[in-house]
Order: sequence, then C-alpha cells, then structure tokens
Amino acid sequence: GDGATSEGAFHEAANFAGVLKAPVVLVCQNNGWAISVPRARQTASETIAQKGVAYGVPGLLVDGNDGLAMYREVHAALERARSGGGPTLIEALTYRIGPHTTSDDPTRYRPSDELALWQRERDPLVRLRTYLEREGQWDGARQEALEEEMRERVARIVTAALAEPMPPPEAIFDHIYGTPSPILEAQRRELRAHVQASGHKEKPHA
Amino acid sequence: MPSRTLVEAINDALGVALAEDERVLVLGEDVGRNGGVFRATDGLMERFGAERVVDTPLAEAGIIGTSVGLAEYGMRPVAEIQFLGFTYQACAQLMAQAARARWRSNGRFTCPLVVRAPFGVGVRAPELHSEALEAHYVHTPGLKVVAPATPYDAKGLLLAAIDDPDPVMFLEPLRGYRAGRTEVPEGRYTVPLGAARVAREGRDVTVVAWSYMVTVALAAAEALSGEGIEAEVIDLRTLSPFDADAIIASVQKTGRAVVVHEAARTAGLGAEIVATINERALLSLEAPVARVTGYDVPIPPALLEDYYAPTSARVAEAVRSVIGF
Repeated sequence: GDGATSEGAFHEAANFAGVLKAPVVLVCQNNGWAISVPRARQTASETIAQKGVAYGVPGLLVDGNDGLAMYREVHAALERARSGGGPTLIEALTYRIGPHTTSDDPTRYRPSDELALWQRERDPLVRLRTYLEREGQWDGARQEALEEEMRERVARIVTAALAEPMPPPEAIFDHIYGTPSPILEAQRRELRAHVQASGHKEKPHA
Repeated sequence: MPSRTLVEAINDALGVALAEDERVLVLGEDVGRNGGVFRATDGLMERFGAERVVDTPLAEAGIIGTSVGLAEYGMRPVAEIQFLGFTYQACAQLMAQAARARWRSNGRFTCPLVVRAPFGVGVRAPELHSEALEAHYVHTPGLKVVAPATPYDAKGLLLAAIDDPDPVMFLEPLRGYRAGRTEVPEGRYTVPLGAARVAREGRDVTVVAWSYMVTVALAAAEALSGEGIEAEVIDLRTLSPFDADAIIASVQKTGRAVVVHEAARTAGLGAEIVATINERALLSLEAPVARVTGYDVPIPPALLEDYYAPTSARVAEAVRSVIGF
C-alpha cells in the first residue's frame, strides 16, 4: 500500500530488485489513505511510481480502478520479468472506500465529498460492467445470475469455515521448529495438564 | 478528583507535559488528526498544534530515528508506536542508537526520548499486534522499561519517564486501556521510576507481576483468600531497572514466590527475578520460585490466545503448588 512505501523494507526491496534484475513485479495499491494519513503526507514525491526511477526500476502509474488497464500492465510486467527484462514497479491508483478497521472512524479525518466522488464515479465494478454492457458483452440478467452465484458461493464458504472444529489448545505449539525442542514438548504437556484439570473453562480477560 | 481510564490518564499526562515544557513533542502514526488509534493523543493536536503533535509517515524506524536526533539535540520527544510488535521495524534505532547514545559519546550526548506502545493479548488482534517484548528491551543496556498497571501510575510514570534523562520504553497494557477507572489527580505528579508497589498485602506468598498481569494476579489472590491463602502482590511498575529490594523484602516475609508474565518463558524477565531471589533470599525460601508465563511460541491467533496468556486460574494453581511444596 501507499503507507508501506514509507517503510525501509520497500526501498531495500526495490533497490535489490533493480541491482539483481530480479524477476519481480512490485504492485503498490495506493488507496490514498494509511489509516488517517493522506498520501500527500506520506511522501513528498508526486507519485509512488516515480520512486522506481531512483532504483533503476521502470515505474508505471496505472488507474487501479480500471480492471482492463491493470490486466494489460501487470501482464506486460510479468512477461518482462519472465523473459529476463527485470523488475517493474506498478502504482495502482485507487481509493479506500471503507474504514481501515472496524474501530476506525474516517469521518474524523477525511472529507466526505472525496469519498462520494470515488463511490459515485470511479467504482471499478460499475465501470467494468458499464463498459461490458456497452460492448454487448453483458446484461442485467447475467449480472443478477452472477451475483446470485457469488452470494451462494460466499455463503457456502462462510458456512464451511464456521463448521471447522476449534483447534485444540495444543495447536499453539505446532510449526515452531521442524523438530520440537524438549522445552516446547514439556510446555505442551504442561498446557495439556492444565486444560484437563480446568475442564476447558478458560475465561478470557481474567 | 476525576476518575479516568488508563488511556485517558495517558492523554492527561501528555497534555500536562506539552503544556509545561516547550521541548516536549508527540510524534507517530495517526497521533494528530485522528488522535491515535486508541485515542491516547485525542485532542492534543487541536490544543498544541501540528508542529508539536506530528502525524508521521508510516515508518517506525523513521519515527524512532527522528526521535533520537530530536532527543540528542535538546528536545523531549514522546513517540507513539501503534503496537509494540511494530517496534521490530525500529530495533536498530532503539537498540543500536537510542540505548547507546550516552555510552558511545562518553556522556556528551544523552537521548531522553520516550517510546509509548501498547502490548499484550486480550483484544483478539491479528498477528504482531499482541507481542510481549519487554524482555528484549530489559536486555538492552541503556534503555529503561516501564509498564504501568493502573491509570494513576500510568500518568505519574509517564511524566517521570518524560523527565528522565535516558531513553524509556513505556509499555501500556492494551487490555487495560479501558478495563477500569481510578482516581487520577489533575495536573502534574510523578511516580518514581524504579520503585515497585505493593498492590495487595499478604503473608503467605509473594506474587510478582506487571502491567495487565497485576490485574490477573489480584484476581487469583482474591480467589486464594477464600482458601485461607493470603498472597502479597507486587506490581513491579518499572522493569528496568526493577525494584529488587521490594521483591526481596516481600519474599523474606512470605518465604514463597511466584512470578507472572505474559511474555514467553525462556529468558523472560521472570528468570532474572528468580535468579535475584536465589542470590539474595535463598535462605528465606520455603519452596522453589514458580513462574507462570506465556509459552515459548509466537502469540497464537485470537481463538487460542486465552490458552497462551496466564489466567488467574493458572496463577492460583502455581500458588497452591508453591504453598504445598
């Protein structure tokens, strides 16, 4: 994201990619806001794409809400990477319609007309649909059918996820090392004994 | 006297410090217009301006590194890192720069900065949002580490940390931000760094804890009281330098001790406390000192975090085993 380009790791990765001519495509989803910090307060450079210049990495600024443009540019960048042409940095320009988290309140820091503009005129789903309908490739009936299919699919996945059994408490000791250390094995036994003794009655926050 | 939550007490302390001392400034991600992701800096930018309450780019190493420079040249920066786990990004600045400025310059430069960050489990956060890293910073010579448990102490210790001539990691209990209220006096007062507090008196066993684990230890002590076991709960408050005298005095009285922390067990601060008790109070001990801690694993995902962090039930179990030794 746009915020992450302020972290040192982004600059080190772009530099390495340039020096090593790495077969990599760096895609930055610039949605304008890193929680409350607008893009203009994140970096003084005019675009994020131009940061590629300093690392010898081609930088592209793409309308991230134009699905076809993104497809074309990512496809070309991947081709270049696979054929030895080196890395590409793509800045996909978009907007964060919602809050950063469920506890975030964007009305504290963000103008509502900006949100309205992006919602009203730049929604990528609406734009793609409008284009396809104009081209005679899409219509209301197919849209409804697709939405119904997607609703069912999401509901199926959610139901399946909720039906997953609770992981056992001891799962917290899995995947730490290839071979568990004696200390970890002892701690696993300790937790097992505690859970058995307390009858799974752990109460949060007490 | 107003009654405040811990996060309100932090906000109050920052307001006092900013109003009293022009050298104090607050910087971090979302601390300005948004008032901090936990609202610890709510209203401060409006009161003191964007020059002193500064929204920074998203870069923890940049926030701490900038604070190091500000502190070395006479300012009193108070940096906010949104979650202690995000200080992984800034370890070089904290451990290799802030902690060593005084030593490296033979005392010519000091680095009086404060880094505030919430830590610990309890809010069902995703990975890296619940890390308990106090031992990393206690193990870094030159850093002080403070971890208040109550709103009153949070304000008094934060003002003392800002006054302190050395870099202070100020670790706030994420679960304790809005867990309760205490009376918090208006205006300036300080709670000295390096001094523990007896949170509950008792004759049978000493329970040493800090931050939210004090609340957990007190709940265990209440339950044990019903069984005729009176636990003394020591709230360490400052982890580096920690108040060994207070621990030893209590252990000499009770003859038994349990150390509680949320961080992983191996090489945790609990180990240092047990070693100190062994060195200074071995002949007072009636039983080996027990530890109740997190396990040696990354903080697990939300559904399992209750099994990771010490609970009052686990603390009570350990106390009973120490009593029954």
